[in-house]
Amino acid sequence: MAELLQFVFSGLTVGAIYALVALGFTLIYKSSDIINFAQGEFVMLGGMITVFSALAGMPLVVAAVVSVIATTVIGLALHRCAVAPARGATPVALIMITIGASIFLRGVAQIVFDKRFHSLPPLFSGDPIKIGGAAILPQSLVVLACGAVIVLVLWLFIERTMLGKAVVATAANRLAARLIGVDTRSIVDFSFAVSAAIGAIAGILITPIALTSYDAGTLLALKGFAAAMLGGIGSAPGAVVGGLLIGMIEALSAGYVSSNYKDAVAFLIILGVLIFIPQGLFGRARVDRV
Amino acid sequence: MTVRALLDNRLLPALAVALIVIALPWFFPSMYYYRIGALVFIFALAVVGLNLLMGFAGQVSLGHAGFLGIGAYAVAIGPTHLGMPSWLSLFAGAAVSGLVAFLVGRPILRLKGHYLAVATLGFGLLVAIVLTNEAQWTGGPDGMSVPRLVLFGWSVRGSDTWYWIAGGTCVVGFLLALNLMHSPTGRALQAVHDSEVAALVLGIDVAGKKLAIFTISAMYASVAGSYLALFNGHVTPDVAGFLRSIELVAMVVLGGMGSIVGSLVGAIVLVVLPQALTVFHEYEQALLGLIVMVFMIFLRRGIVPSLAALIARPRK
Repeated sequence: MAELLQFVFSGLTVGAIYALVALGFTLIYKSSDIINFAQGEFVMLGGMITVFSALAGMPLVVAAVVSVIATTVIGLALHRCAVAPARGATPVALIMITIGASIFLRGVAQIVFDKRFHSLPPLFSGDPIKIGGAAILPQSLVVLACGAVIVLVLWLFIERTMLGKAVVATAANRLAARLIGVDTRSIVDFSFAVSAAIGAIAGILITPIALTSYDAGTLLALKGFAAAMLGGIGSAPGAVVGGLLIGMIEALSAGYVSSNYKDAVAFLIILGVLIFIPQGLFGRARVDRV
Repeated sequence: MTVRALLDNRLLPALAVALIVIALPWFFPSMYYYRIGALVFIFALAVVGLNLLMGFAGQVSLGHAGFLGIGAYAVAIGPTHLGMPSWLSLFAGAAVSGLVAFLVGRPILRLKGHYLAVATLGFGLLVAIVLTNEAQWTGGPDGMSVPRLVLFGWSVRGSDTWYWIAGGTCVVGFLLALNLMHSPTGRALQAVHDSEVAALVLGIDVAGKKLAIFTISAMYASVAGSYLALFNGHVTPDVAGFLRSIELVAMVVLGGMGSIVGSLVGAIVLVVLPQALTVFHEYEQALLGLIVMVFMIFLRRGIVPSLAALIARPRK
C-alpha cells in the first residue's frame, strides 16, 4: 500500500508538469489550430536560463523571473518570426516549422549553455513528509500547488476578463471573432507568449526534482502532447486530467512493470488514444465536412 | 529518338542519376569523397521512399527512422546472433519492416494531418526505445558492431566499392519509384493526395493504396538502413532516433515533395553541408533547425520544383 502511494505521489508530481505542457499546447491549438512542437523547448529554456542566471550570481527568485520573461519573449518571437510568416501553409508545413524551431532552440541552447545535466536547489528544502508510509518531497507539493494556481489563474482570466473572452471567441470561430473586432493576430501572439511563460514556470518547478539539460524538451513535449490527446485536444480540463493520468500511469508502470520502458508508455497511450478514442476523454468528435 | 522525346521520357530522372553516379568519381580527389558519395546515395534511397509517401500520397511520417533502424539492426543481429548471412539479413530486415509497416499502418493511416504526424512520431520513438533497452540483442545505447558484407566469398570493403553499390541501388530504387508513379497505383495515389473524397468517389481503394505505399516506403528505408550499418560497420540506436526522422523529412521537403530528382538534391544538401561545416560541429543542430524553418517559410515547394517553375515560366 505504501509502495502504491509512493508511485501515486511521484506520478502526480510529473503529471502536474505534463499537465502544464499540455495546457500550453491547448492554448496555442485553440487560438491558431497549430500544434507547437517547440512547447517542450519552453520548459527546457525555463530550467536552463534559471540555472545559468543563478550561476551568474543572481538570487534564485530573480533568476526565475528573468527566465520566465526571456522564455516569453522567445515564444513571442517564435510566433512573429516563424509561424506568422507562414500563414496559410498546410498542417505538414506548420508541423515542420515548429519542429525546426524546436531543433533550432535546442541547438542554440547547446551552444549558449552546455551539454551537461543541471539542477536547482528546491524552493523549500526540508525533510520528506511522511504520509501513510510513503514520502513526499516538499518540492513536489510546491509543483502541485503552483500547477493548481496556474490552472486557476488561467481559468479566471478566460472567464472573467475581456481579453479572455476574446481568446474564447477566436478559438470558437476566427472569422466571426475578427468580424466583431477581435484582433486575432494579437490573440495568437498572446497565446504563444502565455504558453511560453507556463512552459518556463513548469521548467523551473521540475528542475530541482528531475534535472534539466539542453535536450530535455523533446520527451516533455511528446508526453505533454500525449496528455493533451488523452484529454481531448483543445480541452483545457482535458489537458489537466490527461497530464495527471499520464504521469500516474507512467509512474505505476515504471514501478510495477519496467522502468526501462516508462518512456514508451506515453507513446503507447498516444497510439491507443488515436486509434480507439481519437476525440479523447473530454473532446468532441470532429466531423469533417466535404 | 529526338531530344524532345528524350526529355519527355518519364524515366529521365533515373537516367540523370545514373549519369551522376558514373560521372562524379572523375571529380573525386580522394577516397574521402567516395565515402560522402556513398552516404548521399544511401540517404537518397531512403528519401525517395519517403517522398513516395509524402509527395505522392500526401501522408507525412515523422517516424521513418524507425524503419531505417530495423534495417540497420537486421544486418547487425542477423549474422551475429542468428547466423544468417548479411545479404539474407538485409532482405529479412526489409521483409520485417514491410510487415511492421503493414500492421502499424492499417490503424494509423486513417489519421490525418497532425494526428498522423504524432502517431508516426510515437512509432519511431518506440522503435528507438526498444533498440536501446533490449541490450542482450542490440548492445544497448552503445550499439553493436556490424560484420562485413560477404558476397560469394568476396568481402565487401572500401568506400569506393560501397559508392558503386549504393549508387547502383539508388538508380534501381529511382527506376522503381518512377515506374510506380506512372502505374495505375501511382495515379490513384496522386488522386488521394489531391482529394481523398474525390478519389473515394472514383472508386479508389484509398486505405489500401495508402497502406501499400507506406509499406513500400518502409522497405526503401529499411534497405537504406542496412546499407548504412554495413557501410559504417557499427550501429547505435541513434539511427532510429527522432533527429534522424526529422532529417529524412527535411531532405524530402528541401529537395521538393513529389520530385524524384529532388530526393537526391535534398540528400546531397543535408549530407554534404554538415561535412563541409565540420569545423562548426557544435552548430549542426541549430543549423538543421534553421534550414528546415527557412525552407518551410520561404521555399515551401522545395529546391527542384521551384527551379523547374523558374525555368518553365514563359518569357515575355
